[in-house]
Amino acid sequence: MIWESVKLALRTIRRNVLRSILTLLGIVIGVAAVVALVTIGEGAQSRMTSELSKLGSNMLIARPGAPTPGPPTGSDARSFTERDVDALRNGLSGVRAMAASSTKGAKVVYGTASQDTQVTGTEPSFFETQDWSFTAGGTFSDSDARSGTAVCVIGATLVRELFQGEDPMGRVIRVNSMPCEVTGTLAPKGQSAFGSDQDNTVVMPLRTFQRRIAGSTRIATINVSGLNAAVLPAIQADMTDILRETRRVNPGEEDDFTVRDMTQIAAAMSSTTTVMTGLLGAVAAVSLLVGGIGIMNIMLVSVAERTREIGIRLAIGARASQVLLQFLVEAVVLCIIGGLLGLALGYAIAGGGALLLGIPFRFNATMAAVAVVFSGVIGVVFGFFPARSAARLDPIEALRHE
Amino acid sequence: MNAFDPHAREPIISLRGLRRFYGEGAARVHALDGVDLDILPGEFTAIMGASGSGKSTCMNIIGCLDRPTAGTYSFSGVDVSTLDNDRRALLRRNSLGFVFQGFNLLPRTTALENVELPLVYRGMSRGEREHRAAAALKAVGLEGREGHTPSELSGGQQQRVAIARAIVTDPLVLLADEPTGNLDSARSHELMRLVTDLNRERGITIIMVTHEEDIAAYAGRKVIFADGKIRSDVKVAA
Repeated sequence: MIWESVKLALRTIRRNVLRSILTLLGIVIGVAAVVALVTIGEGAQSRMTSELSKLGSNMLIARPGAPTPGPPTGSDARSFTERDVDALRNGLSGVRAMAASSTKGAKVVYGTASQDTQVTGTEPSFFETQDWSFTAGGTFSDSDARSGTAVCVIGATLVRELFQGEDPMGRVIRVNSMPCEVTGTLAPKGQSAFGSDQDNTVVMPLRTFQRRIAGSTRIATINVSGLNAAVLPAIQADMTDILRETRRVNPGEEDDFTVRDMTQIAAAMSSTTTVMTGLLGAVAAVSLLVGGIGIMNIMLVSVAERTREIGIRLAIGARASQVLLQFLVEAVVLCIIGGLLGLALGYAIAGGGALLLGIPFRFNATMAAVAVVFSGVIGVVFGFFPARSAARLDPIEALRHE
Repeated sequence: MNAFDPHAREPIISLRGLRRFYGEGAARVHALDGVDLDILPGEFTAIMGASGSGKSTCMNIIGCLDRPTAGTYSFSGVDVSTLDNDRRALLRRNSLGFVFQGFNLLPRTTALENVELPLVYRGMSRGEREHRAAAALKAVGLEGREGHTPSELSGGQQQRVAIARAIVTDPLVLLADEPTGNLDSARSHELMRLVTDLNRERGITIIMVTHEEDIAAYAGRKVIFADGKIRSDVKVAA
């Protein structure tokens, strides 16, 4: 009986193709909007998560300056010193790798090619804290670090811009005016979460940087990478205690430095996207409601138009419940067709959007199923009233109806 | 076939003191005002009367489409005036067949599908439905027209489809409400020969409302309504 009703519903819908499509539009747009928003939202979130993970896993970053909301800023607050770094190195446990660093803008030249870039002076373990691998060579040695040798590791952008296919290993580039031998090249990382090119970089030993580039012994950043996520809160607390002591921050005074957990920042950012996705999804759900009212309207029109048909069906022995079922099935079939079209449209929009925004496209089967089932539920809810009015028709009146 | 002794059989339809009022108080209309009528199995009865005489109301009650205000209606010995809607739907489905003046076929639906319709509500399988519907169409002389929609058929053919739809369930009683009202004279007589054959060959009890004397002449019994009562009830030698 249900299958008969479905076939009958499909036939009725085919007979009024244009009207059925117009009726469905509300559902189609509603489902498409929800599907597109959620898919793009999830894509954006997964991109953000992967971007943040490029900063290094289980990483804590200490910077000078009091904690402020927003992205970390290298302020003109009192910078870190070798003492601070040594105290941390001796006092922390559960650490996989740790590296102090400072950064400065500089111009690099090789032959006739030149490029503005960021120069970072740091310790050999820097690449380990960042989970940054090499395409050739490797990090500088401890002896290079101690003696301040003029060696450097360059990022993928510089390899491309300065060397243009030539092998950079062992070549000497000039950083500002300092000649410097390339001992390693880095794997590309792409853009950072904040939009800068992470591959446009030169990394050299901290001592070399301090003497030849920066001209000061200031340390702007200390990266600490924990053994696993569980030890991070303890390391963060220890770092705060140790730095307060070495920097002689009096009890009760505010920290003059900040220790950030990058995973926390990632979590905060992804919760922001979740809230945005949820809000937009709620707006889209309103259009589903409007679509449902459209379905109810057209079903009422359909019942009025087919009064005589209902009379015939009742006269030849259809029970009221069978007429109810028929119209209910019709509304549900209509809504599910709308849901499927909406799903296709939504994924088309999401696919285009993902391509445009450069975010990954994720097909979420659960959401697809929920969207279709929810469309069916809309059909039941908004189809019930018209179906009931059809089932309650008086057969004599219905047969007389012209 | 039709040679039976009326007194030897129980009536299939029995109306006693049947009344049907519409409206309330001073505006109350007495559509039926005390009707007693027995219809025997296999009888072919014509019901006549001016409009407003109560004949249509009576047909609606016999067809279980309407309920009497007072009085009893027994079908095969069962009092159906008190049955609920679902049971009356079952009675219509299993024991009654309807033919209307306006054909009342579903538009844009083939003859075969129209005839299948009552069987759909019986939950019959598709194959059996099609088999029985094709047989019913053959019985009314419409073999080869199964795939035609009502708009592709003449009035007489449409009414034959309607008759096929009414008899496909092998009903005990066929109720025809002015079946020839929309047909020309030649088609009307063709149709009446078909109805008479159904009565004689299949023993289907037929109750037919009509305005036309020559159509009523096909019936073996003529009941005339006036002012909600039966004015005359004459048996004609068939």
